[in-house]
Amino acid sequence: MDFDFSEEQVAIRDTIRELVQDRVAPRAAEIDEKAEYPKDIERLFAENGILGIPFPEEYGGISGSSVTICMGVEEIAKACATSSLILAVQALGSYPILVAGSEEQKKRLCPPLASGEKVAAYALSETGSGSDAAAMKTRAKRYGDEYVLNGTKQFITGGSVAGTLVVFAQTDPDANAKGISAFVLEKEHSPWQAPKLEHKLGIRGSPTAQLVFEDVKVPAANRLGDEGAGFKIALAVLDRSRPGIGAQALGIAEGAFDYALNYARDRKQFGQPISSFQGIQFMFADMATQIEAARHLVYMAATKVDKKAADLTKVAAMAKLFASDMAMQVTTDCVQVLGGYGYIADYPVERMMRDAKITQIYEGTNQIQRVVIARSLLR
Amino acid sequence: MDFDLPREHASFRDAVRELAQAVALPLAAEVDRDHRFPHEAITAAAEAGLLGVLIPREYGGAGLDALAFALCIDELARACASTSVIVDVHTSVGSEPILLFGDDAQKRRWLPRLASGELLGAFALTEPASGSDAASLQATARRNGDGYVLNGTKVFITNIGRAGLYIVFARTGPGERAAGVSAFLVPADTEGVRVGQVFKKMGLNGSPTGELVLEDVVVPASNRLAAEGKGFTVAMRALDSGRIGISGQALGIGQAAVDETAALLKQRGHEQGDDFTLADMATRHESARLLAYDAAWLCSSGRPFTRQASMAKLHCTDTTMQVALDALQIAGEEGAVSGSPFERHVRDAKALQIYEGSNQVQRMVIARSVLQ
Repeated sequence: MDFDFSEEQVAIRDTIRELVQDRVAPRAAEIDEKAEYPKDIERLFAENGILGIPFPEEYGGISGSSVTICMGVEEIAKACATSSLILAVQALGSYPILVAGSEEQKKRLCPPLASGEKVAAYALSETGSGSDAAAMKTRAKRYGDEYVLNGTKQFITGGSVAGTLVVFAQTDPDANAKGISAFVLEKEHSPWQAPKLEHKLGIRGSPTAQLVFEDVKVPAANRLGDEGAGFKIALAVLDRSRPGIGAQALGIAEGAFDYALNYARDRKQFGQPISSFQGIQFMFADMATQIEAARHLVYMAATKVDKKAADLTKVAAMAKLFASDMAMQVTTDCVQVLGGYGYIADYPVERMMRDAKITQIYEGTNQIQRVVIARSLLR
Repeated sequence: MDFDLPREHASFRDAVRELAQAVALPLAAEVDRDHRFPHEAITAAAEAGLLGVLIPREYGGAGLDALAFALCIDELARACASTSVIVDVHTSVGSEPILLFGDDAQKRRWLPRLASGELLGAFALTEPASGSDAASLQATARRNGDGYVLNGTKVFITNIGRAGLYIVFARTGPGERAAGVSAFLVPADTEGVRVGQVFKKMGLNGSPTGELVLEDVVVPASNRLAAEGKGFTVAMRALDSGRIGISGQALGIGQAAVDETAALLKQRGHEQGDDFTLADMATRHESARLLAYDAAWLCSSGRPFTRQASMAKLHCTDTTMQVALDALQIAGEEGAVSGSPFERHVRDAKALQIYEGSNQVQRMVIARSVLQ
């Protein structure tokens, strides 16, 4: 038992922390206001190896450990949730390759991602297929050595800026979930369109794209696993990526907490700092405790990803559920601590509260997490 | 980073579980109903060495760490919360202060008897007018030749009437608040030591709680624990560890409630509303468990753990209260009938939010540390 990060992880964390404070934090409000993808931050992360964290060294990366990914996502999310998604989605879009790809596929597809030359994305949801992922309609038909994809994907984080896209599509529509297959699309060979970006409540700088596939050709060599294995791959990936969303929620909450705490020390009412009032102190005590509890769940889930533990599915769902519900509560309370100032855009906590909301929704709504957890308990 | 229990700890936990399920669980409903001491369970725990978990081997104990202690209390509480609080108070606040602050002679004299269970330990800090504000206590210890004369009344003393040794906090220097408090080892059979009222409680009915009355109790100076005026430090350090024990108790009760709820749902059929409640119960319970393990691990590693112990106590006990209520709600009327574990868990859980520092005091400790 050891609740500490390794020395190597602490070194990576400190590097990221410094970089984020210097370069990301000053951009966060602007990224949110303009709702523009921060390409500069993506390049910054690429140049500093951050986009290589999801990959083991043998595929050109620097880690491949879920604990390290979560640590990076958490650090970035403290300042800017949008920017944290650049790393989180790099991991999400790469996990299918790392989990289900052949050695040849990993060697071919991972290095350009690990170097940061490209970013990845993951396309599962459709208009009529959200929590019920098996109901997807996107079709992949095989012709000789290639497949032809047709359909539309919805709410794809980073789908418009990705160079590598994992797409789930029906190869045998009659077989439902068992007819779904996974494909890796490389933008230069299999171009897709992103005609529409959503306007959102939070994570506004992160492009959430509708992706359209019209006769997009994908080489059969880019199919991950067997035909029909796609749904299993999709779920296995979500088990691995959910701790990352937990880490994002954790970071958002910590960012808001730290800001509100400093504010409460400075803000004077009735002749004293509001931090001297017990009502406010108890809010901080509860927030700090909930953050700490979430942290342990997130990192325990991450260690279970790294160990391929048998109860990963349940624990990953718990981490995502608890951390995101916690982040929503904590950011809301932080807005409360700042009062009227908390509600205006001159202060960051209203953005953090808006950013927190999505963590309860994506990568499986928290209702789906409860379904997953209850199923494992009542088996 | 590794969240798994070390192998020795896991096998120790399994052994405690086996004993608790075999001996304590069958008594749980009865000791609650009849408000009687679970002596069979305490005897079995003593025979298995569970009353000396934290006491080093050289003094006849098991020489285990805070994590093992938390696991022990967790497993006992999962079977019978009354049994767990008796052992918890004995082990942490009732014995550990001697280990941490006692001199050689005190350790040699008392620890083997506490480790074997020959003596049960207890901790007498609280007074009628001094609860959360422990530094305001009024009991006195007047120096008299080579000894002290103790006078005062202590309340809410766990293991009252069963303890062979009370660690009593009394004022040696009046008017100095915390700096005037000293700690004393007071054997139960000392003249002038009397059990006052024994309280009828909402829960934890197998664990006696009551008043300790001290009337001109003479103890030799060799029974003073730590220096004069250091009593408050002794008390606060004891409570830090104590909070790990209370966290363990909460975990045990919470685990029982989660398990019993899952079993009930499997048996009677369930809709999504129940499923979601169970999912939330289990998730919060898991988060609480990790906080408790973190505090215990830090303590075992010799690192500062005050803040984590308060967080663990706060979150574990609040979580278990909610989990117990949710479990009872799912169980419905059947769960509310006397004798059902569901209603007992609710009654037992409530005490945990109050004792060894109410959760409001925990929030003060945490806020102080966060705002430092």
